[in-house]
Amino acid sequence: MDKIIYLDNAATTKMSEEVLNAMLPYFRETYSNPSAIYTFAGEAQKAVDTARAQVAKLMKANAEEIYFTGGGSESDNWAIKAAAEAYREKGRHIITSKIEHHAVLHTCQYLEKQGWEVTYLDVDENGTISLDELRTSIRPDTVLISVMTANNEIGTIEPVAEIGKIARENGVLFHTDAVQAYGHIPLDAEAMNIDLLSASGHKLNGPKGVGMLYIRKGVRIHPLLHGGAQERNRRAGTLNVAGIVGFGKAAALAEAYMEEKTARETALREHLIKRILAEIPFCRLNGHRTSRLPNNANFSFRFIEGESMLIMLDQLGICASSGSACTSGALDPSHVLLAIGLPHEIAHGSLRLTLSDETTTKELDFVVDELVKIVGRLREMSPLYEDFMKSQEEKGNTNV
Amino acid sequence: MYSEKVMDHFNHPRNVGEIEEPSGVGTVGNAKCGDIMRIYLDIDEQGVIQDAKFKTFGCGAAVATSSMATELVKGKTVQEALTVTNKAVMEALDGLPPVKVHCSLLAEEAIHAALWDYAQKHHIVIDGLKEPVADIG
Repeated sequence: MDKIIYLDNAATTKMSEEVLNAMLPYFRETYSNPSAIYTFAGEAQKAVDTARAQVAKLMKANAEEIYFTGGGSESDNWAIKAAAEAYREKGRHIITSKIEHHAVLHTCQYLEKQGWEVTYLDVDENGTISLDELRTSIRPDTVLISVMTANNEIGTIEPVAEIGKIARENGVLFHTDAVQAYGHIPLDAEAMNIDLLSASGHKLNGPKGVGMLYIRKGVRIHPLLHGGAQERNRRAGTLNVAGIVGFGKAAALAEAYMEEKTARETALREHLIKRILAEIPFCRLNGHRTSRLPNNANFSFRFIEGESMLIMLDQLGICASSGSACTSGALDPSHVLLAIGLPHEIAHGSLRLTLSDETTTKELDFVVDELVKIVGRLREMSPLYEDFMKSQEEKGNTNV
Repeated sequence: MYSEKVMDHFNHPRNVGEIEEPSGVGTVGNAKCGDIMRIYLDIDEQGVIQDAKFKTFGCGAAVATSSMATELVKGKTVQEALTVTNKAVMEALDGLPPVKVHCSLLAEEAIHAALWDYAQKHHIVIDGLKEPVADIG
């Protein structure tokens, strides 16, 4: 393949060169285990301390509130399982939403099997939870509210500050899965009343295999992994020093360039959305029109199926993703698209394009030009389109 | 994940389209699962399938199996067309990934549904052909 047009930045991002350069010394030069006592270990420890401060600063938290993990899924698992366990004497009720990542949803389902009760909040057609429903769902035995900062499929940003306020007023812990949002939109742990927050390095041009859980000072939760005194006895395992350094650097860069990057990505996204909605009939934008991640665009094209679209795009070197069942081997399409009220057949025809700050208008114009042809070709093949067009003709005839 | 044959039939599907006043037509699958296949047959007075066309809503494997199934039944008698099983379609495509085997089953069902429609219209019995349960046309 000559050239790749990478529009799957919600899945993972390309690590930036600065991040790579920051990491390199920690593989072969300063390769020491930071837990050791000798001076050589101290250098690695210092690098980890710097990274911790950088990661904390991006969400206006204190360094000692950041606990490095192996990634976003581990952080979600840890936050939910450990909070549930730590507060089991108070109650066994958890509130989350229907559009969470599976790292949250499946963890909640696991806890249900262990005797916890879980309320899954509905979302409206934009993918936003209702604060009223949240308020009325809180019970005396509710111990945790876990609602994502921004959705990974449709990009909708949830009212995190309001959720945090409600949680705090009711004395309930608030966890937010910020894997898609951290480094992309401004976050403030204190102002948003966040108790626990999950983030991952590779979603912001950092390395894979490293993430973090923010645990607000005073929140007592148990470790998920046992076996060492690392991370102040809360997360066992030799620190992934190079990964942590890379995550720190990525966080520092994200903070420095957030405004610029957001402006650029938002302009590109708007160009993409405008062209697709104008040039492809029977198509809708999924997710909130304005309160959405700067780099996320998600569409449903009626009468066609997502995997076919992805294969055709792939043959042109275009990397995208879909909420179609066929792309995951499951029978049902994406739970997020169903939760916003899309019928199954329309959810099957979804396409997610997530941009980066390296994406160009030229690339997007090429993608739209090709997409017009691809959707046209697949509709020519579609019995649903055939039936729809015939029914339109009949309607037209009766009108005459 | 797909064989070259599958990709060939996906990229250059044979027999896409409709037949006006077909001898038989069958539509199977459901939009909920993301697969719908419709097969049209043109069958002459000797019971030989002169032409077959399809329309499919579905993944790459669904398109490729429809394309291959229509190719395989062309020129066969309605009785011979029953040998175009899901296995035969899969073999002709050099196999399918395990999660896509149901697409080949759908292709077989679509052929059967179209044959059943033909048999009903012409009041004939095709030995071994059962009423399709999946016809949603």
